[in-house]
Amino acid sequence: MFDSLSERLDAVFRKLTGRGKLSEADVETGLREVRLALLEADVNYKVARDFIARIRERAVGAEVMESLTPGQQLVKIVHDELVVLLGTERAPLTYAPAPPTVVVLAGLQGSGKTTTAAKLALHVRREGHRPLLVSTDVRRPAAMEQIEVLARSLSLPSFAPRGTLPVEIARRSPEEARRVNADVILLDTAGRLQVETELLQELRSIVDAVPARHLILVLDAMTGQQAVAVTTAFQETVPLTGAVLSKTDGDARGGAALSLRAVTQIPIQFVGTGEKLTDLEVFYPDRIASRILGMGDVMSLIEKAQEHVDVEQAQDMEKRLRQGRLTLTDFMDQLRQIKKMGPLEGLIGMLPGAGRIKDLAGAMPSDGQLRQMEAIILSMTPLERERPELIDGSRRRRIARGAGTDLASVNRLLKGFNQMQQMMKQMGKGRGKGTRGLPIDPAQLLR
Amino acid sequence: MNAPPEDQPASARPGFWRRFSQNLEAGRRAYVADLKEVFGRPAIDPTFWDDLEATLLAADTGVAVATRAVERLRQEAAGAHLRTPADALAHLKGILGAEMAPRPRSLNLDGRPAVVLVVGVNGSGKTTTIGKLAFWLRRQGRRPLLAAADTYRAAAIDQLRALAQRAQVEVVAHQPGADPGAVAFDAVQAALARGADVVLVDTAGRLHTRADLMEELRKVRRVLQRLDPNAPQEVLAVLDAHVGQNSARQVKVFAEAIGLTGLAVAKLDGTARAGVVLGIEEELGVPTKLVGIGEGLEDLDAFDPSEYLDALLRMEAT
Ligand SMILES: Nc1nc2c(ncn2[C@@H]2O[C@H](COP(=O)(O)OP(=O)(O)OP(=O)(O)O)[C@@H](O)[C@H]2O)c(=O)[nH]1
Ligand SMILES: Nc1nc2c(ncn2[C@@H]2O[C@H](COP(=O)(O)OP(=O)(O)OP(=O)(O)O)[C@@H](O)[C@H]2O)c(=O)[nH]1
Ligand SMILES: [Mg+2]
Ligand SMILES: [Mg+2]
Repeated sequence: MFDSLSERLDAVFRKLTGRGKLSEADVETGLREVRLALLEADVNYKVARDFIARIRERAVGAEVMESLTPGQQLVKIVHDELVVLLGTERAPLTYAPAPPTVVVLAGLQGSGKTTTAAKLALHVRREGHRPLLVSTDVRRPAAMEQIEVLARSLSLPSFAPRGTLPVEIARRSPEEARRVNADVILLDTAGRLQVETELLQELRSIVDAVPARHLILVLDAMTGQQAVAVTTAFQETVPLTGAVLSKTDGDARGGAALSLRAVTQIPIQFVGTGEKLTDLEVFYPDRIASRILGMGDVMSLIEKAQEHVDVEQAQDMEKRLRQGRLTLTDFMDQLRQIKKMGPLEGLIGMLPGAGRIKDLAGAMPSDGQLRQMEAIILSMTPLERERPELIDGSRRRRIARGAGTDLASVNRLLKGFNQMQQMMKQMGKGRGKGTRGLPIDPAQLLR
Repeated sequence: MNAPPEDQPASARPGFWRRFSQNLEAGRRAYVADLKEVFGRPAIDPTFWDDLEATLLAADTGVAVATRAVERLRQEAAGAHLRTPADALAHLKGILGAEMAPRPRSLNLDGRPAVVLVVGVNGSGKTTTIGKLAFWLRRQGRRPLLAAADTYRAAAIDQLRALAQRAQVEVVAHQPGADPGAVAFDAVQAALARGADVVLVDTAGRLHTRADLMEELRKVRRVLQRLDPNAPQEVLAVLDAHVGQNSARQVKVFAEAIGLTGLAVAKLDGTARAGVVLGIEEELGVPTKLVGIGEGLEDLDAFDPSEYLDALLRMEAT
């Protein structure tokens, strides 16, 4: 999700940041293109309109026009506003002080409620709780069998009594939870359209029948312009506390996410990333905003790396990456870790300039090349590795000899590393020209 | 729905007609108010063009279709003597209607048995549409048989069985996890043996981005073609009316992978207008054949371009 929106915005920004000065007409053109990118991504047209209006207001002011780098300023404003749109805080699933914690899932037909209920049950169990899956869906054929099958596959209890009214099932669910020693209730409801007034009233009665702590709207990430109308209709009926965006594993451009948050203020808590019950991820709005703007989701990358990498080392690395204080030693470590972390595609998507994914996949150094680079770096003194700018002609020759390679290879590596550092520095300052490249581009070092 | 399902008390479900007429009523009230606002204007003013564009965008036509429509209308406004917004809307309906009219929209069910393969992304409405289609065909005197080739989703087979029971048609099913191609094959064989004349094949929902799952569909198709080179006579993609521009990508990829003969747009009973089908028809040439307008078995209708355009061009105050 968001990838193609990010690509579109990238193209717009590239044009803007390439210029020294921006006229008002340039800004207008840029904004028009941003609007188009948003609309093509299914952002609600009213949300897109307001978004552009806010940016225009800020952009024509002195803040941008008198700046030395107006293009970058504009990009920064778009980024800031995008963060506002998506919200900055993540909203975890909290537990009630006195069990049971009741989580109700609601939404349109087929949005993914039942599957999400099961995914959340798994999430909750991983956090050390004991979930019960409850179905109040007496309408859809085999909805109750579905939740039973899902519960069984997780070896979890379910409560799906036949021949009982939805409200009655909800009312009895805490008692059932006590009976099976569960402390969290995930309560699935039948799908309903936002215009089905009676069904919305039924949802209200269900919610009133249980001490619901979370009332989560499950919204299909592919939803178009209706996302706002749907969400507001549900919100007007029941006090929604959060949302899960399902089916983000496709190529939806994420307009629903942007619209939903902008209009309702309810936080997106999780995203569904596949049909399997493990395919649920916590939603980090600030990271997503960066990802949309192609700034790279460095935090997610680091988190992914934690499975293989020492946490402190990774955080330290991230800080130095941002400050452009990356040393050749770091670079070595990084290459080795990337190789360990595999499968590359997912990881690269999180890196700044993910649009270049194809370049990189082919450009990963072979083991032989990696060994050569390692040899070159290992032939340097510790001081040289910390401060590559010290490496003059005679040091280069010495290093080449030590690594058993030629001067040109050493030159290539240093030149590439230097460029990379420049990029990192600019990124630390904000989003500069040239940050579109990957910070770590092994291809450059080898070319 | 004909009879309430046995697993729920009748009181739990408001009658379809009552619900439907309520929606209509609510819709009509808003409609009339909007019409007054827009058509009350004596002449086409600059805001009309913006309102028209907004209406089209809000109906999910996408930017390209909306811009093209407004541009064309503006150009033709003088020549066609369009003075009022009402003239303009009628003219636009005429243009779009003329483009849509010649497309074939009836189902091709020439085959012994005819096979209808139903595909689409997750949760779009495939299984329900099959239940409705079975009911519809049976009322037309055909003998449909359902193939439960979604062997993946939890309780998908139970769902199809329940729908089949209501529609009073037979189902051929294997165990969960079985090979979808084998189910389709057996269903066609069973149809031959039992004298059923249409086989409706339900498939698991799959996002079009999953190349492996698209390959699985191609395999089902190949299996069907082994029995009859002309099968499947229809390959219908079911779209959810609430989905926006992503529908166009879905149709493109499904069409490239297995070829589509038509679309069924489900969940048009809400306020979603699925404007994306305009672009799909024009650019990809895949006609919409059926619409789903509710969860009940009789909530299926043939796609009628002029009714559709009426709903699409309902001007909303912005
Ligand atoms: N690819 C993908 N599929 C999903 C995801 N979440 C749910 N699905 C699929 O979407 C379809 C519908 O999911 P359900 O959980 O049955 O949806 P629901 O909202 O309960 O549907 P109703 O009860 O009929 O309203 C199923 O095929 C699910 O496997 C997701 O994150 N990614
Ligand atoms: N309101 C309304 N609901 C519909 C319509 N068609 C289907 N639905 C509902 O949408 C939900 C999903 O429908 P399914 O037929 O299970 O969808 P599917 O495409 O088979 O889903 P998967 O097999 O999980 O991919 C169910 O709750 C249906 O009752 C329609 O035309 N109107
Ligand atoms: Mg469900
Ligand atoms: Mg299905």
